[in-house]
Amino acid sequence: MAFIPGQPVTAVVQRIEIQKLRQGDNLILGFSIGGGIDQDPGQNPYSEDKTDKGIYVTRITPGGPADAAGLMMGDKIMQVNGWDMTMVTHDQARRTLTKKKEDVVRLLVTRKSLEEAVKQSMSYPRQ
Amino acid sequence: MSFFSSGRKASKIDSLRSKVDLLRLPLALSSKSISNRKSQLGVVWEKGGCGGGSGAGGVQKPRPPPACDMDNDSIYSGYSFKSSHSRSSRKHRERRDRHRTKNRDGSIRGDKSVTIQAPGEPLLDAESTRGDDRDDNWGETTTVVTGTSVDSISNEDLTRITKDLEDSSPLECRRYLGLVLGAVLGLFALVTPLAFLALPQLLWRDTLDPCGTPCEGLYISLAFKLLILLISTWALFLRPPRATLPRFFIFRCLLLALVFLFVASYWLFYGVRVLEPRETDYRGIVGYAASLVDALLFIQYLALVLLEVRHLQPAFCLKVVRTTDGASHFYNVGHLSIQRAAVWVLEQYYSDFPVYNPALLNLPKSILTKKMSAFKVYNLGEENSTNNSTGQSRAMIAATARRRDNSHNEYYYEEAEMERRVRKRKARLLVSVEEAFTHIKRQQEEEAAASSPKHPREVMDPREAAQAIFAPMARAMQKYLRATRQQSYHSMESIINHLQFCITHNMTPKAFLERYLSPGPTLQYLDNGRGRQWTLVSEEPVTASLREGQVFTLKRLDFSLVVTVTPLPFLRLGEEFIDPKSHKFVMKLQSETSV
Repeated sequence: MAFIPGQPVTAVVQRIEIQKLRQGDNLILGFSIGGGIDQDPGQNPYSEDKTDKGIYVTRITPGGPADAAGLMMGDKIMQVNGWDMTMVTHDQARRTLTKKKEDVVRLLVTRKSLEEAVKQSMSYPRQ
Repeated sequence: MSFFSSGRKASKIDSLRSKVDLLRLPLALSSKSISNRKSQLGVVWEKGGCGGGSGAGGVQKPRPPPACDMDNDSIYSGYSFKSSHSRSSRKHRERRDRHRTKNRDGSIRGDKSVTIQAPGEPLLDAESTRGDDRDDNWGETTTVVTGTSVDSISNEDLTRITKDLEDSSPLECRRYLGLVLGAVLGLFALVTPLAFLALPQLLWRDTLDPCGTPCEGLYISLAFKLLILLISTWALFLRPPRATLPRFFIFRCLLLALVFLFVASYWLFYGVRVLEPRETDYRGIVGYAASLVDALLFIQYLALVLLEVRHLQPAFCLKVVRTTDGASHFYNVGHLSIQRAAVWVLEQYYSDFPVYNPALLNLPKSILTKKMSAFKVYNLGEENSTNNSTGQSRAMIAATARRRDNSHNEYYYEEAEMERRVRKRKARLLVSVEEAFTHIKRQQEEEAAASSPKHPREVMDPREAAQAIFAPMARAMQKYLRATRQQSYHSMESIINHLQFCITHNMTPKAFLERYLSPGPTLQYLDNGRGRQWTLVSEEPVTASLREGQVFTLKRLDFSLVVTVTPLPFLRLGEEFIDPKSHKFVMKLQSETSV
């Protein structure tokens, strides 16, 4: 997930679709995010590269919509409903995720285990 | 009164005893009445006498008989203020006393009335109130180096007077001796070059080589240098001295000696080489005179550096604490001798320290007496009187300690009450003064012309105006002064004078009251008639220069200033260069939002 300036970012991603849950007046997703280009990347416990300023999932409410959809802690969110999440501020990310008019968010997330799984499967000879 | 009937050195002891009795006389002495004093002395002299066995102790108070093994070697032993360190300082004192007799800087001024201390209390009253902390050997006690007084006789000088009264020069001579010596020497030095030039012209004019332009050039330079010497001498040395010091002012003596040696050697050379063989080379003589003037200018430069410039760079920090109420200040001084530093500290004292108010010192009596009501023998406050039976006192101490000590409580409430009272009176005073000031106003010029035909207003000058508006505020002022215990410093006359002053200068009521609301520096309350008598007490000779850790004391009758010397730290200044472009900032946030 290293970011080389000038080169397109490539990553193995997983599609996750979360249905927002209505609680009173709010629509909640059931997880917490951290990171952003205006934040300090060195304090991110989930990133490999400590200069990575992407949006990461820091906490998941057990039994919430995100948990049901298969989101895991430490995932890096690359896109939300087609909107890019790799170069946004923290507040922009929050706003993108909590749009009141959308009931569903479709995320593209990436994690380390995905990369490794792909590598492993590629190293097995095809049968 | 029973004295020791030892016959040893009775005459010297006589002198000491008589010295003591002399000081007990009322001390409004004037220099004119020296003869009167002589006759008085004669009377007293007979009364005293340790070994004389004459028990005529009418004048003396009953005190324990002074030890007759007093300071026998030095005649002018210091007078004692307090009997703190007695025998240990005897050696120092003897050595110092011998030097003191040669003190040129006499500390007597004879033209004003000679007193020893501030408002007219006889000297010994201050000592007699010390009570019981005097030991039996009060005769040989603390060294007291003479005071730095402007207008008064110091103790040693008084003794010297009593010794040499019959054959001494009158008082004026002694005081002016140092001044006259310096003036004579200076005049001599200034006149010498002119004499060098004039003598050959007068004595052997015919045989002199004619000397044209070069001589005239030298004449001009000589004239201007002499003028500069004159002006700078006037500027530097002809200033009225602010204080008289107990010892030689070392640098001044050094310079006077240098000038004397210098001029004397020039005269010697001149006498031997020019006057005797009647030297004909006039240009050489003029050059010689010019070189003398150059050298005098350099000596003056040396004087400037030694006397004025050297002590400007701060090197020591002096902490000055007043013993009675703890008011303290810190001052930075340069390299000075102890006596010069003492004079400097005293000058700052008069303008920095709030005036010493003895009424503010003690705890109110109500608090102290309440605590000790059960034990009659004890006497709280500054001194504890020693009891006759130590066992009893120990029991009392133990009982007192066991008893619950509530005096701090009462002290706190009393303080709060007093503060409240002072604030109330201050408010009343402010209001009444404001009101009083509205009664008058300054009459403008146009008004005078306009209003005179209609109703003639009474036109007053400042003094009358002050008296007119003083009446309504007098009571409030009096009560406030009493509450802050300042009433002894401000008489009605002085208040009216101050009011007149404020009215004349268009001051507001608050400016008028500024003088009374806070205790000002001592200088404000000083009348300039008399000089101030201070005594410098020091364990080291007072011409020694300041060093780390020295402590000396400046005493007056009822309080003293303790001065401690600490050197200023040596500073190691480093350098760090910061590129202006290196100021960069990043955000240090890491927030977590739940969605």
